[in-house]
Amino acid sequence: MSGGHERLERNIGLMAVLIAAVISVGGFVEIVPLIVGSHMEQPAPGVVPLSAIQTAGRDVYLREGCYNCHSQQVRSLDDETLRYGPYAIAGESVYDHPFQWGSKRTGPDLSRVGGRYSDDWHRVHLMNARDVVPESNMPGYPWLAEDRLDGDEVTAMMTALRRVGVPYSDSEIAGAKAAVDGKSKLDALIAYLQSLKASPREPIAAAMNPTQTKSAP
Amino acid sequence: MSAQPVSATLEYDDEVVRRFALTTILWGLVGMSVGVLIAAQLLWPALNFDIPWLTYSRLRPLHTNAVIFAFGGSGLFATSYYIVQRTCRTALFLPRLAMFTFWGWQAVIVAAAITLPLGMTQGKEYAELEWPIDVLIAVVWVCYGVVFFGTIVKRKVDHIYVANWFFGAYILTIAVLHIINNLAIPFSLTKSYSIYGGTVDAMVQWWYGHNAVGFFLTAGFLGMMYYFIPKQVGKPIYSYRLSIVHFWALISTYMWAGPHHLLYTSLPDWVQSVGMVFSLILLAPSWGGMINGVMTLSGAWHKLREDPILKFLIVSLSFYGMSTFEGPMMSIKTINSLSHYTDWTIGHVHSGALGWVGLITMGSLYALIPKLWGRQQMHSIPAINLHFWLATIGIVLYIVAMWIAGVMQGLMWRATNADGTLTYSFVESLVATHPFYAVRLAGGALYLSGMVVMAWNVWKTVQPQAVAKTVGDLQQLAGAVK
Repeated sequence: MSGGHERLERNIGLMAVLIAAVISVGGFVEIVPLIVGSHMEQPAPGVVPLSAIQTAGRDVYLREGCYNCHSQQVRSLDDETLRYGPYAIAGESVYDHPFQWGSKRTGPDLSRVGGRYSDDWHRVHLMNARDVVPESNMPGYPWLAEDRLDGDEVTAMMTALRRVGVPYSDSEIAGAKAAVDGKSKLDALIAYLQSLKASPREPIAAAMNPTQTKSAP
Repeated sequence: MSAQPVSATLEYDDEVVRRFALTTILWGLVGMSVGVLIAAQLLWPALNFDIPWLTYSRLRPLHTNAVIFAFGGSGLFATSYYIVQRTCRTALFLPRLAMFTFWGWQAVIVAAAITLPLGMTQGKEYAELEWPIDVLIAVVWVCYGVVFFGTIVKRKVDHIYVANWFFGAYILTIAVLHIINNLAIPFSLTKSYSIYGGTVDAMVQWWYGHNAVGFFLTAGFLGMMYYFIPKQVGKPIYSYRLSIVHFWALISTYMWAGPHHLLYTSLPDWVQSVGMVFSLILLAPSWGGMINGVMTLSGAWHKLREDPILKFLIVSLSFYGMSTFEGPMMSIKTINSLSHYTDWTIGHVHSGALGWVGLITMGSLYALIPKLWGRQQMHSIPAINLHFWLATIGIVLYIVAMWIAGVMQGLMWRATNADGTLTYSFVESLVATHPFYAVRLAGGALYLSGMVVMAWNVWKTVQPQAVAKTVGDLQQLAGAVK
């Protein structure tokens, strides 16, 4: 073996080519089948792109780095479906560029938080979380209440999202500026959080998870 | 490869190495300080001060980027430029391009330090930097590759030393990962959207993320290990055959392991299973590297007592062995169902980052800096010992606290009552974690204090002294590793 390898140890070109070859296989096998001939990029029934104000809110979510502490991915485990709601399916996040599944829960999962709390609760909570959850260690985001949305920027966001595959119509993009006019970044973030819900499930999925409403996070 | 005296006219390009060595220390101090601050913020949220750019969620990416790419990256540039010259017995190819990589990389770091606290982010972990910075990274990286591989091409020895295989693989692979993961459509100078969405993006991101660990934080630092451990011990590497086997096994296996970050998610089951299996296999090549490094000491164990630099290098390998055992275990689906999303992951990352990457870098710099500035040794040997103990105790406090916190969180989240309802609310698990966040903060602060000691020691070492006997030093330096 070392005899054959000695050739490589004297030829950097050959070695570089071999390195490139062996590092390419794994990603190729694992990524390409998800793109070609797969349903990974098909939206689940009932999943529609975010509205203008929700898109602006998602931008705030990314900008402030919410994903550092909150996941958006309920795993297919009993305790998670009990706590958060139906487990995630691929068709729910197809319009998420980039995905926001997260990797750490310093706070709870947010993928089913929509409708759980009122807008007013969110408003107080985002200004200073300890006003409603005394034990919370979440930072306050009071500046979001003062920052106004820029309608042109939201239009540009939706246009760019359309270019990466989110099916916005011309009229949705044309109406974006008016839809966010005068709204604050806090309004937008709350609108986005309220949009985070499980997609309607096929009967089979519902049958596998009969109880979803036992307990709050 | 006998170490005959090389002609005294052989000059290496060490200015770029010296600069990267010093910025490694500078960015280490910065990145670790931010880490200590955000650890304190988790404990006392008032420390966010309601100031946007001081807020935890904006600073955490700054911490990760600073320690990985600024501290770790500068260390890798410094050591790879140093090692490739010595082991190829030739000066750098295109030294001015090498100097460009120094200024380019510093520009990337400064741009990151400004944009991340301002909230300019792609929102992908460890790939937060926006597209103009990504373009600059790609340009600097290609130049790095040209300098590194060019230097190997013009080498004066026949054989390419094993450290260079690892550096070569790391440079090539990081280029591929960085470019593919960051493909995005920009719509302004500071904002873009990933071309990948949902599950596909998740897979691409963790293929990138896991191999940023595998190649940036592992293969690159193994290159350091393969030079500085034999150098410091004064013996050749334990097994040449083992280095061949574990090199190829490591670089081919790592690239499959990304899906273990996505177990039980909406990623298709078959990809999850493939990722888990390859993660388990990864234990073997990882330990191959550890064994090769540690066994290099066989017959010279007594040196561990006398040489604090060797302590850094060998203890870093023990942490490497420990993390690369823990990682495959955490990739087993049943264990991952408990550990994922908890602080156990944070503990695991830091046993690798503080233990392996941090200590091997510090040990290598302690060996390198006196040579670069023509000194006999570091200004203070007791200070190296002090640093070693501060760092080691800090790491142990940090990872033990995060293990306990993580397992506790996992158990609390899944606990159910007899009637099938959940036992604990989420915030109860947060309250229970508080004491462990305090221990973690103490551990991190100790580790940072060790870095301060190092900075002082380096400062004293590089202060101008009597003129070094350059020629003699060069001859000593030029003796390549056997």
